[in-house]
Amino acid sequence: MGLFEKFLHTLALPRWGVHPDDHKRPAADAPLRLLPLPARLYVPLQQHVGQPGRPIVLVGQKVLKGQLIAEPQGRISAPIHAPTSGIVAAIGEITAPHPSGLPFNAITIESDGDDRAIEARVPSDPFALSPEEITDLVAAAGVVGLGGATFPSSVKLALGKRTRITTLIVNGGECEPYLSCDDRVMRDFAAAVIDGVRIMMHAMGAIEALVGIEDNKPESIAAMRKAAVPFPEIKLRPVPSRYPMGSDRQLIQTLTGKEVPSDCRAADVGVIVNNVSTANAVHRAIRLGEPLIRRIVTINGGAVWQPGNILAPVGTLASDLLAFAGLKSEPARLLMGGPMMGIVLPHAQVPIVKGTAGILALAENEIVMPEASPCIRCGNCTRACPIGLLPLEMAANIRVDNLSGAAALGLSDCISCGCCAYICPSHIPLVQYFTHAKGELWSQERSKLRLDASKRLAADRAERLTRETKEKAAAGARRKAERAAQKAEAATAAAEADSSTETAT
Amino acid sequence: MNNALLAAAPPTAPHALASNSVSRIMLTVVATLVPATLYGFWLYGWPAIDLWLVTLLAALFGEAACLKLAGRQALPELFDGSALLTGWLLAVSLPPWAPWWIGVMGGLFATVLGKQVFGGLGFNLFNPAMVARVFLLISFPVHMTVWVAPLPITAVTAPGFHDGLLILLNGIPRLDAVSSATLLGFAKTELSRGIDLMHSLAAVTAPGSSLAGARTGSLGESASFLIAAGGLVLLFLRVITWHIPVAMVAGIALPAAIAHAVDPARYLDVTTHLLSGGAMLGAFFIATDYVTSPNTKVGQLVFGTGCGLLTYVIRTWGGYPEGVAFAVLLMNALTPVIDRYIRPRILGRNWRGAPLDPDVERAKS
Repeated sequence: MGLFEKFLHTLALPRWGVHPDDHKRPAADAPLRLLPLPARLYVPLQQHVGQPGRPIVLVGQKVLKGQLIAEPQGRISAPIHAPTSGIVAAIGEITAPHPSGLPFNAITIESDGDDRAIEARVPSDPFALSPEEITDLVAAAGVVGLGGATFPSSVKLALGKRTRITTLIVNGGECEPYLSCDDRVMRDFAAAVIDGVRIMMHAMGAIEALVGIEDNKPESIAAMRKAAVPFPEIKLRPVPSRYPMGSDRQLIQTLTGKEVPSDCRAADVGVIVNNVSTANAVHRAIRLGEPLIRRIVTINGGAVWQPGNILAPVGTLASDLLAFAGLKSEPARLLMGGPMMGIVLPHAQVPIVKGTAGILALAENEIVMPEASPCIRCGNCTRACPIGLLPLEMAANIRVDNLSGAAALGLSDCISCGCCAYICPSHIPLVQYFTHAKGELWSQERSKLRLDASKRLAADRAERLTRETKEKAAAGARRKAERAAQKAEAATAAAEADSSTETAT
Repeated sequence: MNNALLAAAPPTAPHALASNSVSRIMLTVVATLVPATLYGFWLYGWPAIDLWLVTLLAALFGEAACLKLAGRQALPELFDGSALLTGWLLAVSLPPWAPWWIGVMGGLFATVLGKQVFGGLGFNLFNPAMVARVFLLISFPVHMTVWVAPLPITAVTAPGFHDGLLILLNGIPRLDAVSSATLLGFAKTELSRGIDLMHSLAAVTAPGSSLAGARTGSLGESASFLIAAGGLVLLFLRVITWHIPVAMVAGIALPAAIAHAVDPARYLDVTTHLLSGGAMLGAFFIATDYVTSPNTKVGQLVFGTGCGLLTYVIRTWGGYPEGVAFAVLLMNALTPVIDRYIRPRILGRNWRGAPLDPDVERAKS
């Protein structure tokens, strides 16, 4: 690139975000590998946003690959299927992929090694089906958003049908460093992704699809462009590589110029965003009748011997994946997800879930965390914030526990993308501040609600008591009056009787 | 939220950091000042070198003493480069042949009263170097306005190493022989004597205004071009953004252009204004100080324009021939107000903070 082109390129870049070293290659270029079937799979019941699944199998029961083992509960939920054939060994607590390391419920399946699949019924032509039927099939297959949010896809499709969606945005941004599972999906299964996109467009009534792919993935762009040639309604849109381009609001803004109002969802402006891996999962669910039971996971990081992408069943332990890829050294930090937003794993005995894009085993030299120094108000965080917030001001408020001050600066709009903390020359853990404050505010809100409720109860009680006292007093007075009247009556009667006796005497 | 709470929390995202640090930023700024400073050394010789050294050491000493008193680990903070930069900026804004105690008092004042009493790096309201310079200017108006004409270190008459030390310690001998006025000071004095610029600037006694920078002034004033070049490097390296320098230059240049066009006999031209009195140093190095300038682009434009306009007003109608230091301090005082009222627009909200209208956004395509 010449200097002038470089300059033009710089001008075209969005004014927000950061550009971390992407560390995607060589992992992204390594051919996709298939994980040999693990002996045991640990399938968590909560792998999506919403209510956890309810187990419908019993310990000791034989299950087939793709068989429903937990059904959805409530409006926003997703079913869970057996990733392979075998025997349900246990239903109970295992370590959750969460930094707390708190256990949560999973179904443990002991593989029988046959990998026998349940019979699937497949519609001959999905485009002959009504949108509702497709939505139902997607729901039954347990497909959730694979970009990280794990929102049940069927709910999104139904939402699309309800709110006049014009544009389906297909998110091939994959802006997190180290991760390349979406890249691999687009390179290896471009036709499947495009087919999934068409099915989703049909299901939500969208008239066009924009596929946004960061320009650091030229192979993906080429593969997808080739696959999309027969379908003019699907347009390939390379976007600049800029973190967090894969965040839906940023991608929508870059591709359509629309801004999603802060109190609305993307659907309210006629757009729905779905990840390329989700499109692939929809394709498999509709065309092959295969529920979401496996995914491509990136295994990467300085401690990994052979970094790359591995196709693995949901419920595989991170340790199995790491053992398959090989470790060069003891990882200094284990992450689920990318380095910008991923969570720390307490250990590798944690199963991958539908939303797991990658397991990173970072070496010591990749996680240098210098000590924080004072804020010099350089404003780098302000320039990097994709939302237009003032991270330094919010952090200054939070430091002195002025949470309402931080909230007034727009804390609730923060997407925790980590740009501010990444770019900060003073290495201030800004995201940590914001996470803490959001949690505090949330619990304050809850205790305020509770307080309001108990205040209301107390007020009701006081009112009832006064009412009762008043009623009692009134009743007493009435009784008194009645008694007095009776007495008076009796007195009159007695007087009358007296007088009559007197008269008589 | 206190530090103990932070330390107890498990490591959270992001797990990657840009390879930047406070000291890298400070040292980059210092590095871009080096060419102008070296050129100044050549122009003004040993006394200037000695004064520069004394000022820097005083600033560093003041910082170290305060950190020690505060019970903080002095070494890492002392070498974060911020005290070095403060001392350096002060040194290049002093009269090059000023006596040693000017440098010592200025350096100590800058880091002790200009910065550490507020709580150290990041907490000072005013630019420490300019606070010290204004303190010196008000307390020692005579010493702070004695300037010498450039006398390159290679010249025969230039003071040698030993003579340089004597000047630093005892002041300038045969003052009348070497003293000179800065262009702004000269113009002001002559105007006050009733001699208009047409005549005064044409006189033989008028100080030169060489474009190469060989002119009477501080190290940072003489080498305006090198200072501006250093500033451009900072822009290129994205240590600073264009907003404050451009706004400040425009704030000086626009009124200067208008006034000069209306009455060239009373008002100096744009070039003189921009190349004199540390305007370039102010625009690129002093007004752009992170700590004391607003943190939004619009706020920085307002701040820079204010610095420029105030500089022009003070130079033209004020009692002092130079105005950059006063202008920057006045705008520093306004920075919290600017930051309070000028905030960036949040995505999905309008300027007042209310959510956008979804129907308007839906209609866009």
